[in-house]
Amino acid sequence: MTAISTSGLTKRFRGGQLAVDRIDLAVPLGSVYGFLGPNGSGKTTTIRMLLGLAYPTSGTASLLGVPMPDGATTVLHRVGSLVEGPAFYPFLAGADNLARYDAADRTADPATARARITEALDRVGLLAAAKKRYRHYSLGMKQRLAIAAGLLRPRELIILDEPTNGLDPQGTREVRALIRQIAADGTTVFVSSHLLAEVEQICTHVGVMRTGKLVFQGSLPELRRTGASRVSVQTADPEAAAKVLTGLGLADAQATEAGDAQAGDAQAGDAQAGASAILGDASPEQVCAELVQAGIGVRGFAVVSPSLEDLFVGLTGEGFDVSG
Amino acid sequence: MSAGRFYASELRLVLLRRRNLLLLAVTAVFPLLIGIALRLAAPRPEGGDGGSGLAFFNQLAGNGVFLTFIALSTLLVLVLPVVVAVVAGDSVAGEAGYGTLRYLLAVPAGRTRLLAVKYGVIVTFALCATFIVSAVALAAGAALFPVGPVTLLSGTTVSLAAGLLRLLFVTLYVTAAMAALGAIGLAISTLTEHAIGAIATLMILVVTSEVIDNVPQLHAAGPYLPTHWWLSFDSLLRVPVDTSTLLRGLLSFAVYAVLFGSFAWARFTSADVTS
Repeated sequence: MTAISTSGLTKRFRGGQLAVDRIDLAVPLGSVYGFLGPNGSGKTTTIRMLLGLAYPTSGTASLLGVPMPDGATTVLHRVGSLVEGPAFYPFLAGADNLARYDAADRTADPATARARITEALDRVGLLAAAKKRYRHYSLGMKQRLAIAAGLLRPRELIILDEPTNGLDPQGTREVRALIRQIAADGTTVFVSSHLLAEVEQICTHVGVMRTGKLVFQGSLPELRRTGASRVSVQTADPEAAAKVLTGLGLADAQATEAGDAQAGDAQAGDAQAGASAILGDASPEQVCAELVQAGIGVRGFAVVSPSLEDLFVGLTGEGFDVSG
Repeated sequence: MSAGRFYASELRLVLLRRRNLLLLAVTAVFPLLIGIALRLAAPRPEGGDGGSGLAFFNQLAGNGVFLTFIALSTLLVLVLPVVVAVVAGDSVAGEAGYGTLRYLLAVPAGRTRLLAVKYGVIVTFALCATFIVSAVALAAGAALFPVGPVTLLSGTTVSLAAGLLRLLFVTLYVTAAMAALGAIGLAISTLTEHAIGAIATLMILVVTSEVIDNVPQLHAAGPYLPTHWWLSFDSLLRVPVDTSTLLRGLLSFAVYAVLFGSFAWARFTSADVTS
């Protein structure tokens, strides 16, 4: 059984716009799944369909093995969620807001409500603000209260839509720590974000959306493997080194003169002369030995993988090209 | 049990909102003001141009109980509909506006269950408002005018207890009228995420219906209007009780409640929640 699975899930808005285009999600139980994509790529619409808030145009979805949206009332109490930002009654205090949502849950035990609310507030560090009206909460507190609502009961799955939206770096770090903690309890976490850096450190799996399509899905190592690693040699004789690399059958061998790096490059300061090539199936040890044998003075040798950021941008396109 | 807890939570949310409390306070003040104003004005023994409203006024001088019927018929024109419209129009649209609707459904509250609880609380609130009017008017009437056996509109006199029993039925009849209005408000409320828009739409509907009902050329449309039977509670103040009018009124309320309740349900259980 998977925590979330969809098959050909599609949403076409009344205006005819295709927001989600035949996506097949497979979120393994126990994983922390980063659902990535630029703003407007269909992440929130997908989450709305998963939670039974919006109805798919075609395709199917299931949560914890229960088909949605038909199974909404039987499965959603096992799922905590934060959808498109926090939403509470501004005139109620934090604790009263949680009590309101708990009262709407027909399977929640009223006898333990008070204890569960206190515990949830404690987990997100809002116990001191429990009696404060929601309208006086800061943005970070609102976000944390929304996460607390998701933690009112033991959940098997937590769906968090942009949980760090609008938070300062401190708040972002706190939320990340909270997600780690939730995942450590064995809860499957499905977290959407338009920033890879935000979820990279905590995710075991990722799905990448672009204009309504799921363009990649798999574990982080699998995503890394989609990018070609390069060997990079630092040497005083770049041309010769590049020749050796080509001779070894490595593709895209390039020589770099000292100070050749472009202005604005983060590593411009320590740009050194050298050569690089795509590693492919070759063994780095072998490559290094061959270079030395060919009489190249090797000052440094490294295998460099493209950053996830590079891969992510490669999949989704550079910013500001929100299509559709 | 659990539905009871959700209902209690919803009722608390509605009753503890300062705006709604203020509305209930206003409905309580009106009968008092009407009573004082009528006490200060000299009673006019020879009556006026007829009409049920004025018939009540003539009876008031002789019996304070009639202040309740005067208050109910006066407040039914605008004040009671506004009170019900605010709560009914806000019911779903307000949640959508706050964004809390998506979280209630993700809880999951269940769409049908949520709608049922919302309507239950609208009816409860209408009941509270109507009974507040009757209770305050009765108290004010007793304080300002003599109270005794009640002479009905048909000229028959019944005991005070029998009169009060009739008052109870009148109040329940008015509650039924307001419950039907609440169903229309609930339906409108599922169409928007702007509570104020839903409230205004419902009020425009009420006023339009009242205006059409008073245009002689549109007389034929009268019985089908949502407001037409509201004041027919005076049928309870005759001997024998005019049951056919009463039943037609109650039938009209039931038809409106079922029609718009079904519409609200069909709409709310099939529409995407985008707020």
